[in-house]
Amino acid sequence: MTDATASAAPDAAPRRGKSIVTQDTNTRKRNAAEKRFQTYGMIAIGIGVFFLVALTWSILRSGLPAFTETAVTVEFNLSQEQFDEAESQVLKTAAYEGFFVRALQAQLNEEGAGDVQVEEDAVGRIMGNVGSQIREFYRANQDQLGQEVSFTVPASSRVDRYLNGALSREDLTNSRFLEPEDLDIVDRLVDSGVMANAFDWTFITGTDSGVDNPGGAGIGASVIGSFFMMFVVLVLALPIGVAASIYLEEFAPQNKFTDLIEVNISNLAAVPSIVFGILGLAVFIQFAHLPQSAPLVGGLVLTLMTLPTIIISTRASLKSVPPSIRAAALGVGASQMQAVFHHVLPLAAPGILTGTIIGLAQALGETAPLLLIGMVGFVARQYPDGLASGLLDPNSAMPAQIYTWAARADPAFYEKAWGGIIVLLVFLLFMNALAIFLRRKFERRW
Amino acid sequence: MSTTLVVLIVLALGAAGYVLGRGRALREVNGDQRRLHSLPSYYGTNVAMKTVVPAMLLMGIWLLAQPLIVETSVRGDLQDEAERQNRSVSLMMSDVRRVANGLDVAVSQGVMTRERASNMRTEFTDVRERLGQAGVALGSDVTSAVLRAAQRYRAISGRADLLRTGVVLALALAGLAFGLRNSTAGYRARNVVESGIKILLILAACIAILTTIGIVLSLVFNTIEFFRLYPASEFFFSTTWSPSFGGGSELGIIPLLWGTLYISVIALIVAVPIGLFAAIYLSEYASKRTRAIAKPAIEILAGIPTIVYGLFALLTIGPLLLRVFGDQTVGWMDAGTAVMTAGLAMGIMLIPFVSSLSDDIINAVPQSMRDGSYGLGATQSETIRQVILPAALPGIVGAILLAASRAIGETMIVVLGAGAAARLSLNPFEAMTTVTAKIVSQLTGDSDFRSAEALVAFALGMTLFVVTLALNVAALYIVRKYREQYE
Amino acid sequence: MYDADQNRTENRVGQADIKIAAKNVQVYYGETHAIKDVSVDIEDRLVTAFIGPSGCGKSTFLRCLNRMNDTIPICRVEGDIHIDNEDIYDKRVDPVQLRAKVGMVFQKPNPFPKSIYDNVAYGPKIHGLAKNKSELDDIVERALRRGAIWDEVKDRLDAPGTGLSGGQQQRLCIARAVATEPEVLLMDEPCSALDPIATSQVEELIDELKQNYSVVIVTHSMQQAARVSQKTAFFHLGNLVEYDETEKIFTNPQDSRTESYITGRIG
Repeated sequence: MTDATASAAPDAAPRRGKSIVTQDTNTRKRNAAEKRFQTYGMIAIGIGVFFLVALTWSILRSGLPAFTETAVTVEFNLSQEQFDEAESQVLKTAAYEGFFVRALQAQLNEEGAGDVQVEEDAVGRIMGNVGSQIREFYRANQDQLGQEVSFTVPASSRVDRYLNGALSREDLTNSRFLEPEDLDIVDRLVDSGVMANAFDWTFITGTDSGVDNPGGAGIGASVIGSFFMMFVVLVLALPIGVAASIYLEEFAPQNKFTDLIEVNISNLAAVPSIVFGILGLAVFIQFAHLPQSAPLVGGLVLTLMTLPTIIISTRASLKSVPPSIRAAALGVGASQMQAVFHHVLPLAAPGILTGTIIGLAQALGETAPLLLIGMVGFVARQYPDGLASGLLDPNSAMPAQIYTWAARADPAFYEKAWGGIIVLLVFLLFMNALAIFLRRKFERRW
Repeated sequence: MSTTLVVLIVLALGAAGYVLGRGRALREVNGDQRRLHSLPSYYGTNVAMKTVVPAMLLMGIWLLAQPLIVETSVRGDLQDEAERQNRSVSLMMSDVRRVANGLDVAVSQGVMTRERASNMRTEFTDVRERLGQAGVALGSDVTSAVLRAAQRYRAISGRADLLRTGVVLALALAGLAFGLRNSTAGYRARNVVESGIKILLILAACIAILTTIGIVLSLVFNTIEFFRLYPASEFFFSTTWSPSFGGGSELGIIPLLWGTLYISVIALIVAVPIGLFAAIYLSEYASKRTRAIAKPAIEILAGIPTIVYGLFALLTIGPLLLRVFGDQTVGWMDAGTAVMTAGLAMGIMLIPFVSSLSDDIINAVPQSMRDGSYGLGATQSETIRQVILPAALPGIVGAILLAASRAIGETMIVVLGAGAAARLSLNPFEAMTTVTAKIVSQLTGDSDFRSAEALVAFALGMTLFVVTLALNVAALYIVRKYREQYE
Repeated sequence: MYDADQNRTENRVGQADIKIAAKNVQVYYGETHAIKDVSVDIEDRLVTAFIGPSGCGKSTFLRCLNRMNDTIPICRVEGDIHIDNEDIYDKRVDPVQLRAKVGMVFQKPNPFPKSIYDNVAYGPKIHGLAKNKSELDDIVERALRRGAIWDEVKDRLDAPGTGLSGGQQQRLCIARAVATEPEVLLMDEPCSALDPIATSQVEELIDELKQNYSVVIVTHSMQQAARVSQKTAFFHLGNLVEYDETEKIFTNPQDSRTESYITGRIG
């Protein structure tokens, strides 16, 4: 302590007696800096929330119209003679189109909008190919001939987009699909109530359509495809993930091999998903010759991708079960295996389940690996008929279907892509809500 | 016999083994289970395990190995033919496989009899047409060598299938008998079952290693194949990327790396300050209520699939930027897809990632540091800037590295938002493309998997894997060291 | 004892100079009433010790004196605490300025993960005490000398402060607190994490410090209180039981609870 005594002498007297009530300039400056800094934080939060709002708004605004379609409802009465006559002609659908135009005109007259003259060309542009739809109906249901039938025919997707504001008259000046004059007719049809908005069930239940028919595209088949993939992921990733976690958490000795596994898992969790796609392509398709575009392959790839997530969360829930539980079980003579399977695992189950659901939700939204195993080039035009065909037959998946739509040239498909996102997000929201519910309900604090 | 049927038979044998094993052990002690070493169910499980597990493992390995063995034997026959036609063996092999599959389909649909499929000659039959009838489309006419190889392929496969079924079932039965013989009263069934389960657990844990090995092998082999067709020096140092499937492609990775880097840097410039400040605000300033609302709101951004961000970039951000920087104003931008578009969308995606990692790291700085600083009369922001952030710096650097690795590996946003042109340009409003986007486009085309234009995707994947792995390992190391410091 | 109108006499000869006057202080942690109606006057240029069993509130009370409790959201303080006749809980008071005047040393040595020099220079820098680098160098050297650690670290000022031994770290923290030129130094069990040798070094240092500062020390150890302090306050269950000359507390306590604690029956 020699230096302390040596140093005490030359000390200048400390600044004393400064008031703490009045702020000096330095403090004022510092407090201003403090305010500024805090504002930066608030701005950052604000930007984050703003992006969330912007994202939600643009999804809802652009996606909701995908769930409705504009349709014309026409009362139709076709006699046997008319049917025979039409079937005898060379251009059969054109004949039916004629019937439709006449029925539509009659409907308009009835609604008091008789001044509107509809002609076949305009109807063809507004409604698309109605003739074939009507013909197919009557050929399949000949007993309906001579009876009053109410037809609801969807309008073309451009009319749809015009009515919900996505398309303006100016955009149509050079369009060969729809002429500005047609829009006058559309306006009158809407005014008279012949044309109306209706919920589009085809979008939910339907399958993908060709590139020329955005109105008929639906996401149903790819929902089923996603469902089959999730089935594979659940069946494989849950047991394997839980088994691996139990080994690592409860039995693994501290050695190089265990370290190797752990390092592997934490690295796999951060490997880009596209690399898993490459793995799937090389191993499952090129090497093991599994079918391309099959939900089974997609499921396998997503399983490998989800495993690290599930293992990490399962280990966390196993770790949160206090050691005293294990000690108690071992104390009454249970084997280590029995202690784990009879006591620790049931107590960790809610946490494991939550982690698994969140892992599944991640897998459900994953797109990149699916591109490589061919789930994008394929157009989901049919439903699978049974478990085996669901797993092995080519299908699409929700995110892949959305990508397919987004990559098509016709902007009418963008609306479908946004709508698909809404469907996807509804599923994700449901899964996450379920996970939160389970966590709240079963959460245990030791 | 189909694989499914074999599996079902083995499972049925396993179930029978359970009942028999349990019964045998109980009979031996006249139903008094107290005289058994283990509970009766363990004796049953023991037998079932010995019946099912080895048989299934053998079948799995066999199923993986069989195509390899069959191919090597068929490949030998094709060697001369390939040299004569000046085609690569692997290319011919894929033809052989396709024809063989086609024949299988044709037989199963009854278009062709089994004998016809095995004896058919190209000299007498138009194989392509016949297979077309069965709904199997072939790209080119079938040469006689290919057809013969395909027929041999089928013959060997058929024999191998038969042999497999026999061996698997025999192994299952042997396991059953062995297990039953052991089911005596003094047998330590529980210990045996438990060590069996433990082996299964270890196998499950090894899947992680297998996955890594699978990734590395599939990348390495295909990359080597690619470098055989295309010089490595060109790949790494050429500044032009212009693949053409007709040949004469230039496949330089530099423009792709540039695009990747550029987009990632923009994404990080957006995400790091916003994420970091959001984390600081949430952990140091926000009231409980603000935190309860703002934290989940930002975390929702993390749960949104990347395809959504991709679409957001393509259809919302792109057109918006085009309106601000497009031809009508300053004319920097020609189309909605650009480095900026993808970079912004990716930045938004990374905000919650950066913010939740930083939040953890900032909270790991011990309270005593804060106390020390406040005790000296520092304001909160001085404490954060001069004490907490420097203390948390290694952790934050780790978090940024992880975010960078995410950005580099991100696919959907760049596929949809960045454009397709490989360019070396400084203008952030120009379309550029990235490593991941090109992996997708090279592998989803209709090209032959064996061409340099498709194989380059694996070399790109290898580069991507190595870069992200290095970033991850570095980040995890830094973060771990950081955490140990305060534990 | 406390009189609001009493002026501080400029010459302190023969009369105790009150530095901190606390009156009827109540502290609540949420629902818990942690400090119950404590009034105490702390004198300048001597060492006051707060003793008492764990959880008696002595540290809580100490943290009220420089408003460190502000950083705990659920903590609420009532009553008056005056330093130099200024109410420290006055709305106009900036806790930052207050803490520059009332420095604090904590139970566990908590050097910042910076160099030794930067640890000490931190306070002077944020309070703007130095005009230039050489002045800052002087301040740092002076503080380290007063912290009785200069000789040990003068050759490695750039080394990280976290690399020092526990006793050195604590003296560094004291030097860090001294560098901002406070008038009061609060010490919250400064020796509890130190070995006996380091403890005696820090105790010697405290004895030196009282020449310039009013030192308040919270301690677990009665021997320590007896060794370093001139006045001692005994806290029990949130109450201030007894406050008097240290010698009197240890030889002739007025309250039976104090006696029990001193003789080891409670605590």
